[in-house]
Amino acid sequence: MKHRTFLAGLALALLAGSAGAANHELLNVSYDPTRELYADVNQAFAAQWKKQTGEDLTIRASHGGSGKQARAVIDGLEADVVTLALAADIDAIADKGKLLPANWQSRLPQNSTPYASTIVLLVRKGNPKKIHDWDDLVRPGVAVITPNPKTSGGARWNYLAAWAWASQQYRDGDKVLDYMTRLFKNVPVLDTGARGATTTFVERGIGDVLIAWENEALLTLNDPETRGKYEIVVPSLSIKAEPPVAWIDKNVARHGTRKQAEAYLRFLYSAEGQRLVAKHYYRPAEPDLVPAAERANFPTVKWVTIDGAFGGWKKAQATHFGDGGLFDKIMQAAR
Amino acid sequence: MNAVAKKMPGSGLRRPLPGFGLSLGFGLGWLGVVVLLPLAALLLHAAGLGFSGWLRALHDERVQAAVKLSFGASFAAALAAAFAGTLVAWVVVRYRFPGRRLLDAMVDLPFAMPTAVAGIALTALYSQNGWIGRWLEGMGLKVAYTPIGIVIALVFIGLPFAVRTLQPVLETLGREPEEAAASLGAGRFTTLRRVVLPELLPAVLTGFSLAFARALGEYGSVIFIAGNLPYKTEIAPLLITIRLEEYDYDGAVAIAALLLAASFVCLLAINAIPALFKHARRRDG
Repeated sequence: MKHRTFLAGLALALLAGSAGAANHELLNVSYDPTRELYADVNQAFAAQWKKQTGEDLTIRASHGGSGKQARAVIDGLEADVVTLALAADIDAIADKGKLLPANWQSRLPQNSTPYASTIVLLVRKGNPKKIHDWDDLVRPGVAVITPNPKTSGGARWNYLAAWAWASQQYRDGDKVLDYMTRLFKNVPVLDTGARGATTTFVERGIGDVLIAWENEALLTLNDPETRGKYEIVVPSLSIKAEPPVAWIDKNVARHGTRKQAEAYLRFLYSAEGQRLVAKHYYRPAEPDLVPAAERANFPTVKWVTIDGAFGGWKKAQATHFGDGGLFDKIMQAAR
Repeated sequence: MNAVAKKMPGSGLRRPLPGFGLSLGFGLGWLGVVVLLPLAALLLHAAGLGFSGWLRALHDERVQAAVKLSFGASFAAALAAAFAGTLVAWVVVRYRFPGRRLLDAMVDLPFAMPTAVAGIALTALYSQNGWIGRWLEGMGLKVAYTPIGIVIALVFIGLPFAVRTLQPVLETLGREPEEAAASLGAGRFTTLRRVVLPELLPAVLTGFSLAFARALGEYGSVIFIAGNLPYKTEIAPLLITIRLEEYDYDGAVAIAALLLAASFVCLLAINAIPALFKHARRRDG
């Protein structure tokens, strides 16, 4: 008797839970360094949604390594939207999980990229090793900190930025490979994620230069604890880092949250969304919506894009980062 | 003893658990779901690779380097943990001093602590500007981001196994055999070598093998202090993760199965030693 009451209660609770969740909850599965950004965005969007529709919306966020997060969604983490570090990770969700259509990137403005960043070099105050561009990183005695492109989506942008510069500099494929090999020979620690690499450089004091996303570098520069200890060096050529967003069709259909999920992502492109993006040191996709003073953090950078220089993520992923790809060759030669 | 034990299931004794069959069924069921089923799934997947797939995984130089490092570091760490664990257990059991209970409780800390926290703390201590690393590096010894750092992290997580397997044996051993040895004129070293250590050896070896097996699969605490450079400081569990990041489930399973098989062989070998030892002693006596 007792058992039956308990089970009935449990079933009721579950029913109530799922019915309640149908319209009022969104799960955003994101990567590590967007934690602070989405804490702000979620609050702002929930307030706006409440004003527009009268509906209370709870937005939960999950953060972790971009590739790991993609795998979690493929394996059944019920994300309504994903906001990851690179298109290759969302491609994998479309490809291996069949949870959204392959053409997902054409559904939102700017290639589904509401904010961008670029890859810069962070050096210690006064730039003691005189690092001004990519060729300085392969000098003997310079220790370079960057995470492992195999385990970190962010690190893949780092790697491709160096590659883009080297292939413009040397043209010849073997010379580019040689440059990359010498670069990775100078890497004393290969962290598994971007935040770990920042910790190694900033807290542990290892290395002379950190290859970093601009937003992470600006965060370190403006952190009260580390203010005045570092400088940003903008290389002569970099890459436009585009972290895309998408709703997960299968999951929003099941949850009945399609409308909310799409509005949530479109909010990122609004004036309010773009200002929040700039506040957290990401480059707004619609800079005209952001007052000039709030764009002052971002100098003009000469950059290539993944589509222009590497023929898109699918190709870059297979050529560079797959098993036996160019990165594996580089590490083998660098040992 | 044996006769009593054999009679147990049929005897009229009141047992606290209902029904031997039911309890055994539950026990095996839980064991099956939690331990055997995942292992079986792993082995099944590995079997699907075929022998050639396995050989390919084995032949990769980077896999070999990582597996060698994992086994070597785990062995060294288990050895250190067994030695230090024996000393700690001896001190906690045999001596009475203020703070003994605290020390005893602290031994379990590595069990309870998230291993990533341990890894970050150890890295902070041993990196070039850390409290300990600063001194060691001054003497020319690099610990963090080298195999030495890996061993230290593995000793940390393995130590409680060595202490906790030895403690009960030490408690039941008592001082009488030592006193008897001393009264027969044995010196301290002889007593230790011929009376105490042989009694402790099986427990020490069990602790060693547990620490070894735990170290082999350890990920969280190691990746922060390891440096993770392929061919140099990359451990096998990290390589498994990397294969997963490449969506190469087969590659991941191949390495996992390799580790599993190798550690199974190691554990069997280690567990065979006490039995051999017993044989040798019986022949002596």
